[in-house]
Amino acid sequence: MICKRLRCEEYTSVEGIGPMKNYLKFGLLIAAVLGTLAWLAVGGISETKTYYKTVAELKQLGSQAQEKRLRVGGDIAPNSIKREGANVSFTLAQDKLRMEVVYNGIDPLPDTFRDGAQALADGKLGTDGVFHATKIQAKCASKYEAKPTVKGNPSVRS
Amino acid sequence: MENLGTLAILLAFCFACYAVIGSVAGKLGRRPFLILSAERAVYCVWALLTVAASLLVYSLIAGDFRLAYVAEHSNKSMDTPYKFASWWGGQEGSLLLWAWLLSTYTSVLVFQNRRKFREMMPYVTAVLMTTETFFLILISFVEAPFKVLMAGKGIVDAGDGQGLNPLLQYWTMVIHPPMLYLGYVGFAVPFAFAIGSLITKQPGDSWIHTTRRWTLVTWMFQTTGVLLGAGWAYAVLGWGGYWGWDPVENASLLPWITATAFLHSVMMQEKKGMMKVWNMVLVSCTFFLCIFGTFLTRSGVVQSVHAFAQSSLGRYFIVFLAVGIAATLYLILNRLDYLKSEAQLESVLSRESSFLFNNLILLASCFAVLWGTLFPVITEAINGEKISVDAPFFNRVNIPIGLFLMLLTGVGPLIAWRKSSVESLKRAFFWPSVAGLAVVVGLVIMGVRHFYALVSFALCTFVAVTVVIEFFKGAIAIRGKEGQNIFAAMMELTHRNTRRYGGYLVHMGVVFMFIGFTGKAFDIDKTVEVTKGQIVRLGAYQLAIGDIESGKNENYSWDILNVGVTKGGTDLGTLRPERRLYFASRQPTSNVAIRRRLNEDLYLNFAGASNDGEGTVLQSYVFPLVSWIWIGYWGVLIGTIICLIPSKSRLVYPRTEVLTVTGKHAQVEK
Repeated sequence: MICKRLRCEEYTSVEGIGPMKNYLKFGLLIAAVLGTLAWLAVGGISETKTYYKTVAELKQLGSQAQEKRLRVGGDIAPNSIKREGANVSFTLAQDKLRMEVVYNGIDPLPDTFRDGAQALADGKLGTDGVFHATKIQAKCASKYEAKPTVKGNPSVRS
Repeated sequence: MENLGTLAILLAFCFACYAVIGSVAGKLGRRPFLILSAERAVYCVWALLTVAASLLVYSLIAGDFRLAYVAEHSNKSMDTPYKFASWWGGQEGSLLLWAWLLSTYTSVLVFQNRRKFREMMPYVTAVLMTTETFFLILISFVEAPFKVLMAGKGIVDAGDGQGLNPLLQYWTMVIHPPMLYLGYVGFAVPFAFAIGSLITKQPGDSWIHTTRRWTLVTWMFQTTGVLLGAGWAYAVLGWGGYWGWDPVENASLLPWITATAFLHSVMMQEKKGMMKVWNMVLVSCTFFLCIFGTFLTRSGVVQSVHAFAQSSLGRYFIVFLAVGIAATLYLILNRLDYLKSEAQLESVLSRESSFLFNNLILLASCFAVLWGTLFPVITEAINGEKISVDAPFFNRVNIPIGLFLMLLTGVGPLIAWRKSSVESLKRAFFWPSVAGLAVVVGLVIMGVRHFYALVSFALCTFVAVTVVIEFFKGAIAIRGKEGQNIFAAMMELTHRNTRRYGGYLVHMGVVFMFIGFTGKAFDIDKTVEVTKGQIVRLGAYQLAIGDIESGKNENYSWDILNVGVTKGGTDLGTLRPERRLYFASRQPTSNVAIRRRLNEDLYLNFAGASNDGEGTVLQSYVFPLVSWIWIGYWGVLIGTIICLIPSKSRLVYPRTEVLTVTGKHAQVEK
């Protein structure tokens, strides 16, 4: 063991060779680590990437839309929310366009999910034209900031 | 009232500008009285902002509903602590909190160093006050906290307000934002010192020594803030998770990651004089990520469930970030000569190498999180299509990173500096490895097949055993000499080298957290529509659905579902998940019922009545080991506090300094 160690020290003290060999080792290790992570990241992106679309854009895409994972944004049409057991169906509206959405994901719907709220539905478009969502996000205008309700068309001044 | 508040903020802005100009001009023109007056201006900024903040808080508590901010974030029926918390419940108020905290930090710093670092301090003050000026521009001219509600030509009193968002009416949410901000803002101080030492060309270690305590304290606040957020999400949001990789969560994690990397890599500089440039880069990254995090939550750049309102703030932040980063980069590149490393890496099996990989992997994680968070923005810029990535992406990248870090946590502290022989590694890690493998074998026999979970438990055991062995080894040595009992010896040991043993405790806390995270692999969940008298089976639990109670107070109305819980025939009492409807904001929220135990949590969420009105939707989960995350946090906290206590014996790290470099390949002799 002592011999081994001595030899190593000799190595590093020989100008040039030791450090070079070390840098190569470090370089390879770093490359291996980063390479693995990059590979994981690329795989992760292609697996979970989701396209943002509005209801209108989705209608234009037609049957092409059925292959991709999509995130569709719109307003929840009033009185369209129906719960049947764990399934929830509702209509997502954008101006005059409408789209049926069925949600049967695991996570509970957010408390902000109600008539008239803005919602983002993640999922895929079925062949029947119904959007099958696996995740719903909803927000009322903004989650942390509610609008003040003052009568008489208020404006705000500093 | 509002005039006084606005005036105070405007004056603070003027004083902050003066502090910047005064300290730089005083330094360059060698006029000590200018520098002194600039330092006094810092105290004035603090005093003025304290006045402004007190006025805002007073208006919130007294209920001055003429003010837009009060009407939007407070109402009459809220409890006083929540009224106070409304200070940071909205955009303008939270920016005021930022500015106030920064001025507080700066004042403390200026006072502490009133006789020290006379060379560097004017620049430190200038950097901090420049940041302060930026935030004061925002609250003076863009998002003023003291706006009055107007209708036509008169001021309107709204009578009552919207109230704080009900989701935020929870105790952890009262302290979570200030904690996070204490962390965010605190990182301005090490950054300012780093810049100060760069400008004055003293890039030695003095800035690191002086700011070590600041860095640790702010890191502690950041950790607390992030975990309070996680705890809040778990206990309030009702989806049973503590981390969803939401952009806002990521924004708080990013500077934490670089700060953690910084805390480790400064040791390389202190003890070996290496990684000087790297430390400058890390401390700058941390500071700018703090600003970036504030920007991300306020600008609406990235779609997030809990971003603040969209506003025009974004471009101010972009300008500040761009100018700041450019200036910092220029400075670092310009001073590279002063940042030369005093030693070089000698072996892959060395402490240096473990630090290097620790940093590499933390930065990789930071980059991946940043990339994932900004992915929609990036893809939209490239091909016009907004594409987002989800939690699975983040998990996929960060789980292996976390496990690798765990391995380094065990190996790093025990491996020798410079070069370690294979023999000594075998000696140090034989028993920890055996323990880790034994745990894996045991778990496999018990039927656990989840790969990452097995690796994680093995590594956790490995690290825990290394830490315990370290404590015992040290304590036994002391006991041998002084004849104390083993625990007294451990205390003595820790007191002799608080940094080392405090650090071990932090690592132990992280081990507990990882055990908690790993529990995620074994979650059970079930969502069912239930009626009274029904029995739901969930894992080993039986849930008997009982009555719904209803009632209301002046702030909200509630429905409580009584659920009788039994496990293996033993009655475990009743859990009462609740749904509330807040009147002021007309928003429903769920108050989940959690039965917390060390081995697993039973988590019930009353998700609401089904549409036909007869059934009730109940979401039930079993979350194994979650409590260990919160236990681990206490370990991290106590460990960090111990690190802050000065060691009994002052440690001096002898190390070689480069005096002159002769010849091209001159070697540093140790």
